[in-house]
Amino acid sequence: MREEIITSGRLNPNIDPFLQIWHWHIPLYLFLGGLAAGIMFFASLYTVLGKENKYRGAVRRAPVVVPFLLIIGLTALFFDLKHKLYFWQLYTTIRIQSPMSWGAWTLMAITPLSMVWVAIHIREFFPKWDWKFDILNEVEAFFIKYKKPLAWVILYFSVILGIYTGILFSAFNARPLWNTSILGPLFLTSGLSAGSAVIIMFSQRQKERINFAKIDIMLIGIELFLIIHMFMGFLASTEVQIEAANMFLGGQYTAPFWIFVVIIGMILPAILEFLELRKFHIPVIIPVILVLFGSLMLRFIFAYAGQMSRWLY
Amino acid sequence: MRYAMAIDTKKCVGCSDCVVACQTENNVPIGYCRDWIVEVTDGTYPQLEIELRSERCNHCDNSPCVRCCPTGASHYEAGGIVVVTHHECIGCGACITSCPYDARYSHPEGYVDKCTFCLHRVKKGQQPACVAVCPTKCMYFGDLDDPNSEVSVIMKKRKHKTLIPEAGTKPQVYYLI
Repeated sequence: MREEIITSGRLNPNIDPFLQIWHWHIPLYLFLGGLAAGIMFFASLYTVLGKENKYRGAVRRAPVVVPFLLIIGLTALFFDLKHKLYFWQLYTTIRIQSPMSWGAWTLMAITPLSMVWVAIHIREFFPKWDWKFDILNEVEAFFIKYKKPLAWVILYFSVILGIYTGILFSAFNARPLWNTSILGPLFLTSGLSAGSAVIIMFSQRQKERINFAKIDIMLIGIELFLIIHMFMGFLASTEVQIEAANMFLGGQYTAPFWIFVVIIGMILPAILEFLELRKFHIPVIIPVILVLFGSLMLRFIFAYAGQMSRWLY
Repeated sequence: MRYAMAIDTKKCVGCSDCVVACQTENNVPIGYCRDWIVEVTDGTYPQLEIELRSERCNHCDNSPCVRCCPTGASHYEAGGIVVVTHHECIGCGACITSCPYDARYSHPEGYVDKCTFCLHRVKKGQQPACVAVCPTKCMYFGDLDDPNSEVSVIMKKRKHKTLIPEAGTKPQVYYLI
């Protein structure tokens, strides 16, 4: 039998025998960023559509968690940096070809905007809220007056944030598993699905919950389509991508991916939400937690498996 | 000007002198290396062929590491040498992930580090440390744009290949076969 044995004398920490440079920080951030993008997308979308009062959970209540999600995510990113005190170098330049540069600037924009959004809706939770200082009241009045343009800006940035979490990975041709343009749309859809799940949790009206359960079922359907489409693409591609796909089709990531992400994180919550639409009584928190779990696992598995996939030469 | 390296796989004996010379010259931290020896055994027993390669950063013309760097710390120096400016590097690891050759590593001090073709020596007109010490003289370094340079001359004479050309990186370390 013909054999090719490659022996390398290199043994650099975190590089060999396979790449492990990104640990839990990156997938955790990708999950929180995607979730924040999903919530802000629906909040701004229903504002732009003029349905704020019909969808109070989406527009006014759920976004309250977004600044916290983004701050935790940013903290995780900061801890991932190995040369931490130089982090400000990100903001000395804009690198058009670098997804990470895009992401850094998008976060710079959407984090304060999400805080403004929460601030102008604070009376949803504290009806007697008073900013105490005139200047703050004036700022609030200004943003309330221009809420629609603000919603448009947030809508735009939330899509960039959601899709960039996938593009961050897909831009690396060195890692065959990540090198598919499906990853951007897949992570965006997964973020929107997680966002709609959180909105269901925050919503107080049955009608709004049903609407978002329908949206979530549709998004899960799109995710499943994208996943199948992605593997079809891999299997029809070059050897390195076939090998990358095989990690999920019989290889070491088969069980975690198909059980935790696809069955527990997508199919099961979709069935539960469907039963809810059929008037079965299902505690709303169960599908919500399952969707969030699936969304988190998707990113963890892709972050670790992607680093293991490589060119062999 | 386009600096490139040609390495004769027929003359290399895999002694790792280039590895040690690099570690000494560039003060590479213990346990890390910027260049390394790869041994490829190919064939059906007993008809086996061995190829020995001294590998390092390929200083690609189309470097994914330079493209994905969010701060511009990874950049091209004159002659196409890819270098990391330490005080601009935030240690995000994007370039490490982007390199199909896994030629980069995270230095214990935080920044990302890799082969520089010994830029500090090249600027003085000297050869990179690995080339200078090679006991079999299997490495050639020079300017590809100069038809009379050592590397241009040997590449005209010999068949050569690059590593993973299909990754589209246009690597500039050539292996004579």
